[in-house]
Amino acid sequence: MGTFRKQGEPKVWATAAALSATLLMIATLLVVVLVNGLGYFWPSDLTLAIMKDGSKLLGEITAREKATASHGERLQFKVGNRDLYGQDYRWVDRKDIATLSGPDDSVALERREHGNFYGFLKSLSLEGIKVAASPSPWYDMEKAVSLVADSRDKLSGTEKEMSKLNGEAEALRLKIQKLIYVKGDRTRIDALTRQREQLLSRFNTLLDRFNSETEELHRPKAVFTDASGEEKEIALIDIVRAWRPNSMGVFAKAAFYAGKIGEMLLDEPRESNTEGGLFPAIFGTVMMVILMSIFSLPFGVIAAVYLREYAREGVIVRLVRIAVNNLAGVPSIVYGVFGLGFFVYGIGSGIDAFFFPERLPTPTFGTGGILWASLTLALLTVPVVIVSTEEGLAAVPKGLREGSLSLGATKFQTLLKVVLPMATPGIMTGMILAMARAAGEVAPLMLVGVVKLAPSLPIDGTFPFFHMDRKFMHLGFHIYDVGFQSPNVEAAKPMVFVTTLLLLAIVITASSTAIVIRNRMKKKYATKAF
Amino acid sequence: MELRTIRAIPDPVLEITNLNLYYGTSRALKDITLSIPRKQVTAFIGPSGCGKSTLLRCFNRMNDLLDNVRIEGSITLDGEEITIPALDVISLRRRVGMVFQQSNPFPKSIYENIVYGLRIAGVKDKATLDETVEKSLRGAAIWDEVKDRLHESALGLSGGQAQRICIARAIAVNPEIILMDEPCSALDPIATAKIEELINELKEQYTVVIVTHNMQQAARVSDFTAFLYLGELIEFDDTKKIFTNPDNRHTEDYITGRFG
Repeated sequence: MGTFRKQGEPKVWATAAALSATLLMIATLLVVVLVNGLGYFWPSDLTLAIMKDGSKLLGEITAREKATASHGERLQFKVGNRDLYGQDYRWVDRKDIATLSGPDDSVALERREHGNFYGFLKSLSLEGIKVAASPSPWYDMEKAVSLVADSRDKLSGTEKEMSKLNGEAEALRLKIQKLIYVKGDRTRIDALTRQREQLLSRFNTLLDRFNSETEELHRPKAVFTDASGEEKEIALIDIVRAWRPNSMGVFAKAAFYAGKIGEMLLDEPRESNTEGGLFPAIFGTVMMVILMSIFSLPFGVIAAVYLREYAREGVIVRLVRIAVNNLAGVPSIVYGVFGLGFFVYGIGSGIDAFFFPERLPTPTFGTGGILWASLTLALLTVPVVIVSTEEGLAAVPKGLREGSLSLGATKFQTLLKVVLPMATPGIMTGMILAMARAAGEVAPLMLVGVVKLAPSLPIDGTFPFFHMDRKFMHLGFHIYDVGFQSPNVEAAKPMVFVTTLLLLAIVITASSTAIVIRNRMKKKYATKAF
Repeated sequence: MELRTIRAIPDPVLEITNLNLYYGTSRALKDITLSIPRKQVTAFIGPSGCGKSTLLRCFNRMNDLLDNVRIEGSITLDGEEITIPALDVISLRRRVGMVFQQSNPFPKSIYENIVYGLRIAGVKDKATLDETVEKSLRGAAIWDEVKDRLHESALGLSGGQAQRICIARAIAVNPEIILMDEPCSALDPIATAKIEELINELKEQYTVVIVTHNMQQAARVSDFTAFLYLGELIEFDDTKKIFTNPDNRHTEDYITGRFG
C-alpha cells in the first residue's frame, strides 16, 4: 500500500476515473437520444385493451412502469383520437385490464390535424373519384388516399402560381408607392396600377378555381369507429398515411420507417411543429452556420494575422488578446441583445430607411433575419477563430519564414505563400469549434431572427434568390419550442428526441468532415523530423 | 588580444569595416573588419556564441527580423553600402542567398520550391521556370535524384537531399553570394560529403561564405578562414595558413582542440 501510494498510483487512478466518467456521460447522452429518437418512427403494434368495467381502448403501448400503490404494473397507451378524447395518452393500471389483444384489422391513421387516429375502418364513400373496386375496402381506401394525395400535390402547383402572382402584385404596389413618394410620372403610375389590377384579377380566378377544387377533394370520405364503437367520419384528404401495424411484416414496417425518415428530412412541419418534417429547420441551421463561417472565418484570420505577425508586442496587444479571450466567455444572450440593438435596430433600420422607404412601416432588414443572426453568431465565434489561428501561426517553424525571406520574399508574400497555408490546420480547428458552437447556440438567435415557423426558406426561386432578410427556423430553437412551448407536451416528446438527434448528427457530420480535411492538410504540411 | 592577422583581399565582394552589433545593450560583434574574396569559399569558425552566425546574417540583413538589434560600421557589397535602413532589402536578399542549418523546404512540390524565388519576383513564363529548375537542380547536384518526381512534395526527401534542394532554391534566383549557416550540422557523413563536394563546385560561379562548427570541414572546403572569438575577429587568412601555422595563440588553441 505504501509503495502504491508513493508511486502516485491513486492520482493516476483519479485521472482515469475522471476520464471514464466523462466518456460514460457522453455515451449515456448519445444512447438516450439514439434510442428515443430512432424508435419514434417505427410503427408499433396496436393493442386493444378490454377493461374490467367493460370499456375498451386501442392504442400503442408507449411506456410501462411499476405502480407503487397497487404493487402492480401501469401501462401508458397512446390512444390518439385527440378530437374525440381530448388527450393522446392514458395511463391504465394493469389490474384493471381484463384482456389485451392485437386485432389484425386495427387501423392507424396519421392525420393532418388532431394527431393520430386509432380504430377500425367501417365504410367508404368515394364520391368524385374512381377506384377499381377490390374485395377489401381497406385496399380501396389505400388507393383512394394516394389518388387524393396526388391531386392535392397538383393543387399545390396552383398554390405556388398564386403566391407568385401575389408576390408580383406586391412588388408592383411597392413600385407604385415609390413613384408616388418621388412624385413620379402620372401616366406611368396609372399603367402600373392597371398592370397590378390585371394580376390581381388573374389571382382571383385562380383562387376561385383553387377553392372549388379543394372542396371537391374533401368529398371522398371514410367512416371509422374507435375502440368503443363511436363513429368518426374523416375526409381522405386529411389522411397523411394509413397503416395496419398488426398485419405488417418486418419489411413493410422497415419501408414505413424509411418513408417516415424521408418525411422528416424533406417535409415541412405540421401541427405546430410536433409532426411532419424538419426540412426548413435543417435548412435554416445549415445555412446559418455556413453564413456564419463566411463572416467569421476571414475576419478572425485577418485579425489573428495582424495580432501575431504585425502588431508590436506590448501592453496594448496584450490587452487586446485578453479582451479577445474574454469575449469567448461572454454569455451568448448578451451577444443576442447586442445583435438586436446594433445589427437589427441600428444597421437594419438604417438600411430600411435608405433603401426600402416605400415598405415602411413594415421592416425589411429592420427586424430579425438570417443575415443578422449569422452576423451575431459570427461575432460570438470570432474569438475562437482568432485564438486558434494565432496558435496555428505560432506553430509555423521560424526556419520556413526565414527561408522564404532569404529568397527575397516580402513579409506579406511569406505570409500568403508559406505561413498561412501551414497554419490552415490551426485555422480549421478554429472553424470546427466555431461551427459546433454556432450550430448549438439558441439563446441569441431567439432575439435576432429565429422563428417557430418560417413561411418560406431564405433561398428560393423568386428574385433575388437569396433572401437574407428572411426569418428562419433552427433545430436548436425547434427543440426548445416543441419540447417546452407546445400545448401537447407528451405528443411532442418524441419529436424533441428526433430533433436533438438530427442536430447532433449535423454538428458531428460538419465537424468530422472538417476534421478529415484538417488531418489531410496536417499530413501534407508535417515538417519532417530528423 | 595579442597578435592579430587580418589578411587584405584584392577585389573583395563584401567589405566589412569596423562593424559593431548590439543586441539591446550587449555587444555581440566588436569592431569587425574583414573582406570576403570573390568566388572563393570563406569559412567562419569559432566556439558557440562567438558571433559567426550573427555576422553572416548581417550580409543579407536577416538580423532585421529581430527586435532591438543595432548595427554600427559599414558593410559594402560591390561598393554599395548595405547597412543603411533605406536599402531595398528584397533585392539585397536576391543577390545574397542563404542556406540554413536545418533544411527548410517549403511544404510544396520540389518544382514549386525551386521556382519560389522566381514566382514571387513575378516570373510567369513556363519555359523560363522549367529551365531554371533543371539548371538549379543540376547546379546543386541533385537533378538525377529528383528529376522523375519534381511534382512530389519536397517534404518526402532525406535530410541531405532536402538541404541540396534548399541550395538549389537559393541559386535559382541567381545570387552573387551564398551564405551557409552550418549547412551540414544536421546531416550524416555521406550527405555531408556530397554538400562539401557541391560547395567546391559552387565557387566557380558564386562567392560562398560558410559558418561551421566542424574544423575539418572548414579545412576541406574553404579557401579562406576567419576565426572569431567572443565577438571579435581574431584571425583571417588563407585556410592553409590558419590550419598549419596560425599567428594567434587563441586560433591555435581552438583548432588543436584545446578549447571550444
